[in-house]
Amino acid sequence: MARAVIVGAGPAGISAAAILVSHGLRPVLLDEGRLPGGQAYRQPAANPALSIDALLGSEAGKFRRIHATFAGIRSQIDYRSESLVWSIFDREVHARHHGRSEVHPFDALILAPGAIDRVLPMAGWTLPGVVTLGAAQILLKEQGSLLGRRVIFCGSSPLLYLAALQYRQMGAEVAAVLDTTPFSRKLRALPDLLASPTTLRRGLHYLTALRRLGVPVHHGVRLQRVEGESEVGALVYRDRQGEQRIACDTIAMGFGLRPETQLAELAGCRLGYDPHFRQWFPLSDSDGRSGEGIYLAGDGATVGGADAAEISGQLAAFALLRDIGMSPPPALPGRLRRRLARLRRFQRGLAQAFAWPHEWLRDLPDDSLVCRCEEVSAGALRQALRTPFGPSEINRLKAFTRCGMGRCQGRFCALAAGEIAASVLDRPHREMGWMRAQAPVKPLPASTVFDG
Amino acid sequence: MPKLSSDVTIVGGGMIGCWSALFLAKRGLSVTLIEKGAIGAQSSGVNFGNLRLQGRYGPQFPLALRAHELWEQVETLTGERCEFRATGHVRIAFTAEELDTVAAHASEASGYGLKIELLDRGALRRRWPWLTEKALGAGLSPRDATANPRIASPAVARAAAGLGAQILDNLKVTGIEKSGGGFKLATDGDMTLQSRFLVNAAGAWANEVARCFGEAIPLLVGGPPQFVTAPMPYFIEPYLQAVDGSVILRQTRRGNVLATGYPRGPSDAESNRSPVPPRKTLATMARLVELVPLLSTAHVIRVWSGIEGYLADMLPVISPSATTEGLFHAAGFCGNGFQLAPAVGMVLSELIADGRTPTPIALYSIGRFAAAAQEAGARHSYDFDESMAAQQPSSQEAGRA
Repeated sequence: MARAVIVGAGPAGISAAAILVSHGLRPVLLDEGRLPGGQAYRQPAANPALSIDALLGSEAGKFRRIHATFAGIRSQIDYRSESLVWSIFDREVHARHHGRSEVHPFDALILAPGAIDRVLPMAGWTLPGVVTLGAAQILLKEQGSLLGRRVIFCGSSPLLYLAALQYRQMGAEVAAVLDTTPFSRKLRALPDLLASPTTLRRGLHYLTALRRLGVPVHHGVRLQRVEGESEVGALVYRDRQGEQRIACDTIAMGFGLRPETQLAELAGCRLGYDPHFRQWFPLSDSDGRSGEGIYLAGDGATVGGADAAEISGQLAAFALLRDIGMSPPPALPGRLRRRLARLRRFQRGLAQAFAWPHEWLRDLPDDSLVCRCEEVSAGALRQALRTPFGPSEINRLKAFTRCGMGRCQGRFCALAAGEIAASVLDRPHREMGWMRAQAPVKPLPASTVFDG
Repeated sequence: MPKLSSDVTIVGGGMIGCWSALFLAKRGLSVTLIEKGAIGAQSSGVNFGNLRLQGRYGPQFPLALRAHELWEQVETLTGERCEFRATGHVRIAFTAEELDTVAAHASEASGYGLKIELLDRGALRRRWPWLTEKALGAGLSPRDATANPRIASPAVARAAAGLGAQILDNLKVTGIEKSGGGFKLATDGDMTLQSRFLVNAAGAWANEVARCFGEAIPLLVGGPPQFVTAPMPYFIEPYLQAVDGSVILRQTRRGNVLATGYPRGPSDAESNRSPVPPRKTLATMARLVELVPLLSTAHVIRVWSGIEGYLADMLPVISPSATTEGLFHAAGFCGNGFQLAPAVGMVLSELIADGRTPTPIALYSIGRFAAAAQEAGARHSYDFDESMAAQQPSSQEAGRA
């Protein structure tokens, strides 16, 4: 029997596993999390006060369905939670699980590692109390806790509205939702957004619900700086009337997602530049084939959201089955492909409606940090870029300045650093390249036991 | 079609090429350096950053000590400090035999003018109580140092450019020929470089240049797998090495612990890739914790390797060409190039400007590869990774570092 390994137990990984199981395979499902579900369908820790129905609203049904799917296949897969996949080499996955490094050889590998927040550094963004939108949501979904009492949601992401609404409903004071993209751009993106009218309707519902609850929502603002001594005290932004200041104790920032591409790169997949997202994605065909026995699914392949992740997981599983000589029903993948294409068109619309304001990085003050792990400021990057025989792309920028060399390995700072490099060198962003991945993709304790 | 004439053309913008450019320019010669990629981006930029004297092959000391004197003045020479620090180097023995090796080397080194202090078990415990109790003793060479390889080559290149050297980076040589009394190089973008002298400092690619003149530098290409931990409080002042080379480590002032260890791994000069096998990371990590048990709480955050040129007898080629007047080769540094580079640049500048050098270089002659017999190969070799052993004629002897 072909040895299939799946990395990631979110909607993509679980739906892929279910298809493989239904065709008689017994895949290994490796997941970094304690419980399956990924980010979108993260399960709460034992906390009776938290109601999934109240929290997820219209999406609660999907949550239940994906977890029911998992429960149905649980005994027919080799599921390993709390497994950090830290390297892929020579047709083997290396995962750290409870202090040991385990080796999982594979004939076929489905990578569904998901995505993280795309971070836009601004003046004061490293003050305690500034968090990513993802962090704010994780804490809410898993622990039922709120970060702060008076919260601002800012940035450019459809999830701002959802998270703000969730926070408001759970009892937080939402001081404002500050959307950095003008409303006119959202209207321009309408043709693509209509590719998924239900999702669009859901988004508009969040917006009107927030307005009804009296939460101030502003579009097209320019974020200026976070103020505070030892922690967040206020957010300053500009709108048409001038500079505005809102007091708060927590700021959740969201600027869309950044795919986790390192594992794909270690597995030998090629990366390609997407000018809509201004990011690098691992390349694959429409079913997720990306190399000999390597398949990609979910937001780690193409940022598309939970629904697209689920479909792309199924497609990858069907492609895998076909490639090992097992034929799935031919009509099904065609229908899935069409649905996926629609959802991805919708995401392209979102990328336009919620733009990444990369041009702001040109004006990021020199003393603002870009790389938190190694404490590298925008000024240090600019100085290195202007030095003779200095860096002409992002990996050399890393070598000279240490930006991206720390614990996160550039997962949070590389996109901003690339934009700054492009602005200083006055060259296309694409030419700055991506920070090449090396194992371990996340910190690996030196005490890790290995018997192999 | 731009044409550039100078006294010397240097092929290769790593440490060797850059230091050569600097010292040649200091001697008043006009220099053009051509580099196919970025300055110092290959093994010059991704090596471990050790400026190690202890453990050297004895006859190499005159060159290595000369290099060290220059490193000690790096800030004067280049205007940049390159994170140079005289940390001292501790070579740790775990067996009585290894203790003998350390002691014998200390007396050999003192003959060349390098002082190595011998520490017994008690002295080790008193000085560095965090070191494993399994260590029986060690040699301490206080003059040994470290520097930051990522920033060093560009710093030397800037200093050379400041003295008038032409540094052409991201430009490939497409043809080399002897023309009249000198050399003519064609490059991408249809440039022509003409010069009386030519320096081959092309690192792992040096054999391609040598071949143009009917010579061979039979390089074996290998990568030193290295890794680094997240910062921890600074406590490891010297850099440490087990005598058998299975682990080598140092800590930066920032707190990151860097580690490496033999055997070397494979790398591919053609695709320019040097993967680090995860099993290698795990094995070196275990050795690291064995040597310094406190590091069990460290987190490894990054691994890397590079492309280094090795020769069977583990000695470089630093030599006038045996076939072509005006051509000089400097390549195959077997992992020691970062430390040796300033002296190699100095020696080449002397050979070109004066026709001779006070540093003994006969043992680095390219002529030694003209002879077929290579039995000397076993004299001074490292252990290589299994996948490389087939390439390596003399991999039996245990690694000596």
